[in-house]
Amino acid sequence: MATKRSAGYELTKGIIKENPLLILMLGTCPALAVTTSAYNGLGMGIASTAVLLLSNVVISLLRKVIPEKIRIPAYITIIASLVTILHLLMQAYLYDLNKELGIFIPLITVNCIILGRAEAFANSHNVFTSALDGLGMGIGFTLALFAIGSLREILGAGTFFGVQMPWIQEDGLQPMMIFALPAGGFALYGIMVAITEKLNKHYYAQRPQRTLTRDRYPGSISERTDAVYDETEVLDGPRRSRTPALDAVPPAVKEPGAFAKKDEKPATKTESEENK
Amino acid sequence: MKEFLLILFSVILIDNLVLSRFLGVCSFLGLTKNVKNAMGMSIAVIFVMLIATAVTYPIYWKILDPVGLGYLQTVVFILVIASAVQVLEAFIRKAFPPLYKAMGIYLPLITTNCAILGVMLINIQETYSFLAAMMSSLGAGVGYMLAMFLFAGVREKMEKADIPAFMEGLPSTLMAAAIVSVSFMGFKGVIENLFG
Repeated sequence: MATKRSAGYELTKGIIKENPLLILMLGTCPALAVTTSAYNGLGMGIASTAVLLLSNVVISLLRKVIPEKIRIPAYITIIASLVTILHLLMQAYLYDLNKELGIFIPLITVNCIILGRAEAFANSHNVFTSALDGLGMGIGFTLALFAIGSLREILGAGTFFGVQMPWIQEDGLQPMMIFALPAGGFALYGIMVAITEKLNKHYYAQRPQRTLTRDRYPGSISERTDAVYDETEVLDGPRRSRTPALDAVPPAVKEPGAFAKKDEKPATKTESEENK
Repeated sequence: MKEFLLILFSVILIDNLVLSRFLGVCSFLGLTKNVKNAMGMSIAVIFVMLIATAVTYPIYWKILDPVGLGYLQTVVFILVIASAVQVLEAFIRKAFPPLYKAMGIYLPLITTNCAILGVMLINIQETYSFLAAMMSSLGAGVGYMLAMFLFAGVREKMEKADIPAFMEGLPSTLMAAAIVSVSFMGFKGVIENLFG
């Protein structure tokens, strides 16, 4: 992250290229829990964006004051205070939305996106760039939540912002309840991740750029689990693999008639040996 | 007694922490590559969940609520959880080395696991009594373990499956989670019939 980039780049990278929800897989809990309607998704996205923007600004301002060793507790305290302010504001001005989102507003505190951006970006960049980064990431998160929320509302409840879809009729098509349930959330999210990944690969294969892959991202699922894997190995010695390695299956087996060919070869050999 | 059992079973099966409340989804997707890691993480979560409830419950109802500082719960709880995890880790490392070996490495991951903070907030929101809050925490932890164990088993099987290229990796994992989540929906009638 040493290279200087334009302000426009910092603002737009969060939307597709490093989309926090669909590419980096950060903040999955609120993404699945509150996206039963487009309005809730949008509300949650905007609430998270506000916290992300402010926490990036505050942490960037304090980056030279906070000692290196206790930075994580310090960040968590800053984020928790911002979330508390937001929660009180929402109770005052957006009571219904606050009731719908429930405990997921206070849980923005432990959303990995916010701590992840603080650790990966605000920590080492000036206030203006950090603010742009927070805003861009927030917009990406909001768009993803809005997309999932809209799809789940249209498919699961047959409405969009409370307006009934024209094809939902008494004796006609009925809404697919499964998409309003947790299972539909998981499935739809999986499909969206697959599509975004495909688009991203397609788009950036033509214009190669350095992207932060999910595996290298600080605070991401894979980074943390890899740390766990490494440590388990140290404690227990090398892991035994439970499933056979991919190259343990010879590639010829996948082709039709592979076994027949194999059986023939030694047979011919033995015959030629007998003839000798 | 019936009330406690009702809380326990409904939290384990119906309001399952991961599959219907969506708390701790990060670790659910990240740490279920094999059964061993999934179980280690689950045991650590149950342990921390019980201790955190025992600490945060009195703090809220005896200190914060009487003086009207209830809105500070998020800040206070997250700090309490973070320090409890730190103290617990140091204590277990010194006092019970085998236990540390089994679950010590998962402890630092728990601070930012939204399951713990989420359950603390739910316990306060539902205004449970202390025993009921402990029961709900235990149920949440056991439910988390059940979901992690089932899903880790599913994923070990999935490694042998031939998955279309564009669904490989996380997308197929999420689809499997959807199917496991459907299977939990079947428990809805069980509780109603058991407890009337």
